[in-house]
Amino acid sequence: MKKDIILKAENISKQYRLGQVGTGTLSHDLNRWWHQVRGKEDPYLKIGDTNDRSTKGESDYVWALQDINFEVERGEILGIIGKNGAGKSTLLKILSRVTAPTTGSIKFGGRVASLLEVGTGFHGEMTGRENIFLNGAILGMTKKEIASKIDEIIDFSGCERYIDTPVKRYSSGMYVRLAFAVAAFLEPDILIVDEVLAVGDAEFQKKAIGKMQDISRTGGRTVLFVSHNMAAVKSLCTRGILLENGKIKDVNNISSIISNYLLLNSDSSAEWKREIKTESDLFFDRIYVSNSHSQITNQIASGEDFTINIFLNALTSISNSTVSVKFVNAEGIAVFTTSVHDYDNDFEVIKKGKYELIANISKNILLPGSYNLVIACFVSRTKLFDILEEKISIKIEDLGVKKRDLDREGFVVPNYKWDFLKLE
Amino acid sequence: MNQPEHTNTTWLFEITPKNKFFSLNLKEVWQYRDLLMLFVKRDVVTVYKQTVLGPLWYLIQPLFTSITFTIIFNNLAGIDTGTVPPFLFNLAGITVWNYFTSCLTGTSNTFGANAGIFGKVYFPRLIVPISIVISNLIKFGIQFVIFIAFYIFYYLKGTTVGLNGSVVFFPLLIVLMGVLGLGLGMLISSLVTKYRDFSNLIGFGVQLLMYLSAVMYPMALIKEKLPTYGWLVQYNPLAYIIETARYMLLNVGHISIWGLGYTFLVTVGVFFVGVLIFNKTEKSFIDTV
Repeated sequence: MKKDIILKAENISKQYRLGQVGTGTLSHDLNRWWHQVRGKEDPYLKIGDTNDRSTKGESDYVWALQDINFEVERGEILGIIGKNGAGKSTLLKILSRVTAPTTGSIKFGGRVASLLEVGTGFHGEMTGRENIFLNGAILGMTKKEIASKIDEIIDFSGCERYIDTPVKRYSSGMYVRLAFAVAAFLEPDILIVDEVLAVGDAEFQKKAIGKMQDISRTGGRTVLFVSHNMAAVKSLCTRGILLENGKIKDVNNISSIISNYLLLNSDSSAEWKREIKTESDLFFDRIYVSNSHSQITNQIASGEDFTINIFLNALTSISNSTVSVKFVNAEGIAVFTTSVHDYDNDFEVIKKGKYELIANISKNILLPGSYNLVIACFVSRTKLFDILEEKISIKIEDLGVKKRDLDREGFVVPNYKWDFLKLE
Repeated sequence: MNQPEHTNTTWLFEITPKNKFFSLNLKEVWQYRDLLMLFVKRDVVTVYKQTVLGPLWYLIQPLFTSITFTIIFNNLAGIDTGTVPPFLFNLAGITVWNYFTSCLTGTSNTFGANAGIFGKVYFPRLIVPISIVISNLIKFGIQFVIFIAFYIFYYLKGTTVGLNGSVVFFPLLIVLMGVLGLGLGMLISSLVTKYRDFSNLIGFGVQLLMYLSAVMYPMALIKEKLPTYGWLVQYNPLAYIIETARYMLLNVGHISIWGLGYTFLVTVGVFFVGVLIFNKTEKSFIDTV
């Protein structure tokens, strides 16, 4: 059976001109036009730097997207993730036909509706009901379609009381609820959603995610979803695309995409050394992670013990201080925190000198995936001496032992003894 | 479409860097006709929300302009309008002229005013200028009612005013004017996205154009009094529209078949160039606006 491809992007690239649009624009336009008249290629397409926000480029032209190729199957929820400026929004804009690609093409096998913002075209002076019609029509619905769903839309928004009041009187939450409700009842074959869930209360966010899952599962429709909220991406998407500097870094199942994103997101590694001087009295000199073979690495097998070695430097004697390590997973949730206090009360008063602390983390605790370590030394609720965030990360690899449980839910995988008795 | 064995040849549509050379995409515009009507409704309804006088504001502007023109151009400068009362003469010119300027200024700001919506969602961009032309037509309709009221008023007073038989073509004249305003507006709106110079130009350009369009004087007068500059008015297609409108409504001046033919050709030309450039711009204006 052939795969049912509903969207196919071929070699999409998008070039932008940096700096101000001013007097230079006309001369470039004329030059471009002169090349076109003679049947030559656009001279400015040959130049252009890759899209890296932080470095200084050579030319005025930059490729926001370069050679993007992917396919989406019908009924799939595809997550698009990447750092700020990786090209996510540009890609969405191209997919939703707001702007055209500089080169390449995208083929669609169905109707597209995009939700890059909720409440596009809402007019403050018009009532909620009038705006439902206007917004629905902007998103591509006909008046008849909207009229047949208006009761459901109002019900879903939970704004019945205010529906005949101008929306300029709405609270921002109500505004978003109404706007999302319209979008939720869209029935396109492909729905493109940007980070619109960032607003609204928890109940509404849950409702919105549930609605999107419904759209894909029961409606068989395709959703492209962009978000920085990894928990939402993970719960919603089946497959993902990771963008970096305008190029596709990886296309894979969503959990490995998220892991990759996390590693990409921090310039973290297995080891860190102090390079900048600090004025604190108590600070870290060096920290590293090592596996059970005492090799410095952040690739840890799930069935292996590992250690975190922390070199501490105290310039004076300090009492009541402690050192802790927090494990933060890909979704930004702290899985657990361990503290030297837990084990050794001698640490209560630390005298001037240099120390090495070794946290021994036993095997079979963390679920395979990427974790950021937040390491801090502080006096509880009083003073923070030193903190290290997003510098050290580990990747727990699933090697053999728990292979069968790759998609196990939860945060930890403690190894408990099970009894297995045959009764009859 | 729902068959599992989907062959890759049945794509519904495709996005490519460039549009076809000339495509009106009327099919798509037709699909979005509900949106067009909702935009028209929005434009008409929201103008007078939270105002006391409401739609009366549509009437105040042409009335006061006509009074001012009558005082300055007829009473002070002594422009002769023949048997027609000067106020009615001015009101006819201003009402028709207003329709053109509101179409032109409205559509010329299409991309600027709608950048927020255009940047977030796709629909045929042509919907917006068309909706502006239609909602201004409604506004023109309201203003035309006040013209008719004064017409009847003068008629009952016994002034000799009379329609010309050609008034049956008046709707066509208005359509011609709307299309010219739309074409010119689309042209300028596309240029404004890249070169803001044009939005400055349009502000006072429209004002100057009014003086060249025979709004407050008969066309024959300028040929008689300023023979050296008369050609400026003679080559202005708008002057023919205004002059013809007055001929139809008030039976003054004269109708020039040559002039109307010329106006028609210019309108068609401007409209096609406007659509062409608008089409080219709509795909990626969001990058430069």
